[in-house]
Amino acid sequence: MTQADDKPNATGHILVDHLRVRFGSKAAAVEAVSDVSMEVKPGEFVSIIGPSGCGKSTLLNVVAGFVKPSEGTVTMDGKATDKPSADRGMVFQQYSLFPWLSVRKNVEFGLKQKGMDANHREEAARTLLGLAGLLAFENHYPDQLSGGMKQRVGIVRALATSPQVLLMDEPFGALDAQTRVVMQQILTNMWQRFRISVLFITHDIDESIFLSDRVYVMTARPGRIKAEIPILLPRPRTPDMASCPEYLRIKQQLRDLITEESLKAMGGELKDSGLAGFDVEVGPKGVAELI
Amino acid sequence: MRTATSLNRVDPQAAEVAQGPSLALAPKPEVTPSGVSSAAQQAETPLRRVAAWLRSALPKLLMTMLSLGLFVAFWYFATKYKLDFYIRFTNIPSPGEVWDNAARLAQSDKFYNNMYVSLRRILLGFSIATVLGVALGLLIGQYRGARALLFPLFETLRPVPAIAWVPMAIMLWPTNETSIVFITFLGSFFPILLNTIHGVNSVDPVLLRAARCLGTSEYGLLRQVVLPASLPHIFTGLAIGMGVAWVSLIAAEMISGQFGIGYFTWEAYSLIEYADIAIGMIVIGVLGLLCSGAIRILGNMLMPWMAGPTHGGQK
Repeated sequence: MTQADDKPNATGHILVDHLRVRFGSKAAAVEAVSDVSMEVKPGEFVSIIGPSGCGKSTLLNVVAGFVKPSEGTVTMDGKATDKPSADRGMVFQQYSLFPWLSVRKNVEFGLKQKGMDANHREEAARTLLGLAGLLAFENHYPDQLSGGMKQRVGIVRALATSPQVLLMDEPFGALDAQTRVVMQQILTNMWQRFRISVLFITHDIDESIFLSDRVYVMTARPGRIKAEIPILLPRPRTPDMASCPEYLRIKQQLRDLITEESLKAMGGELKDSGLAGFDVEVGPKGVAELI
Repeated sequence: MRTATSLNRVDPQAAEVAQGPSLALAPKPEVTPSGVSSAAQQAETPLRRVAAWLRSALPKLLMTMLSLGLFVAFWYFATKYKLDFYIRFTNIPSPGEVWDNAARLAQSDKFYNNMYVSLRRILLGFSIATVLGVALGLLIGQYRGARALLFPLFETLRPVPAIAWVPMAIMLWPTNETSIVFITFLGSFFPILLNTIHGVNSVDPVLLRAARCLGTSEYGLLRQVVLPASLPHIFTGLAIGMGVAWVSLIAAEMISGQFGIGYFTWEAYSLIEYADIAIGMIVIGVLGLLCSGAIRILGNMLMPWMAGPTHGGQK
């Protein structure tokens, strides 16, 4: 079912084992990630979904090598992810293209670091940009592109160094809904073509279902794994699937899990019953009447 | 104007290539290369464009001429009637005298030599300041250790104006020439250093993280990410530094020079060649303007991406 099954000598196996991350000094330390264990199997597409501030980005940053674990281990193919590496390509929520480089030079950046010569770099970058339908824009500067195109270049740039895993931190969060759907399809296409593991952070339920083999739901801060939901919908997936019973069942399940956590994350004002206070009728004087 | 230049960058040939087979997997780009059509339009009527530009620029041009004309007219009448109303025009040369002297000086090798000497001092002092200011600025901005070690020293020295160094510089350096270059260097060094540090500190952290994920070495990060990302701020520093370099140079030349346009201007006062004072001032202004212009042109050449429509007020 997953890509892992038919990929020989697969690499890109991420293993997170009893991870804890604390920020700040001992006395005032805040725990962002609390005892998380999870994995991404080679070639698998895994999403982590949770309310904002639940530590899902922190978890991704540990896998990327930007943040050190306070306890526990994070490994890729048996090696600790203690510093950033081109083995783990990353796509950020903010646009992270280098504004002073053309689209093609952005894609070439990682290859240049590897010491590849200019001709090969250009060839490789043009091939990848062609796959993403961006060849016409190879000489543009990032500021001349739309948001969706920037993120596509960002994905292509991350893939250029042939990483074993792609780490994506809400990459489509800043895009409008239509563009996001298109981007999800492009990403699925690219993923199936490159057959690498993907760890995808999102707070969009539909996005996580559409893209993933498995979805982890995280709790409000400090972040724990609350549930692990396999998505057994067949591939290739199409937007029409959003109305099939299995999809709706998963969506309902995820929504229930997340709503609970979102309410917790918003604090004590809204209890489990949630929006209870809002059924108070407000007369023509509006809010003034209540005070 | 700006928008037009940015759109021109669309390469029609490349656009055609991409329309081809590559679309098999990829969906259509959300943005069509609109520059293709605008580039075609622009090619047909360059003459009309010049005419349109003239028409739109004409009012501003007229106002500029009026503004300068009024100044020269005031100068003319004030010197003609020897205006003496607390501010005294009794000894001030008239525009005509200045013009006559300028015509005479235009034939003088000595005068050109003075210009050459000043420009050489600026070039030397400013170049050294640029290399040191940018290099140290990158180090101080990027590395905490360098900042801790060097920044206190620079913060202590910075409030001392370059001109205050003149006597000390004369003692420090073996020749008058080197001490003047040193003063020029000092004047431009601090604006360049501080703006570079500021530039490094305002590099978007996500760019650094992206570069690290792409396998950049520590040196590669500095050279390929921090430096280009700081360029806009560095060029602000260069523009300010160039201004201060001229201030420092002229002051140093007036105090301790033997050649140079600042020395020429001061000497004209001592020799009661009052028209030459005005000529010296005008030449200093023009040279300063040319130097600033050169920096702006260099900046535009090194930062083509800044011509885009989203970046407005680049200095």
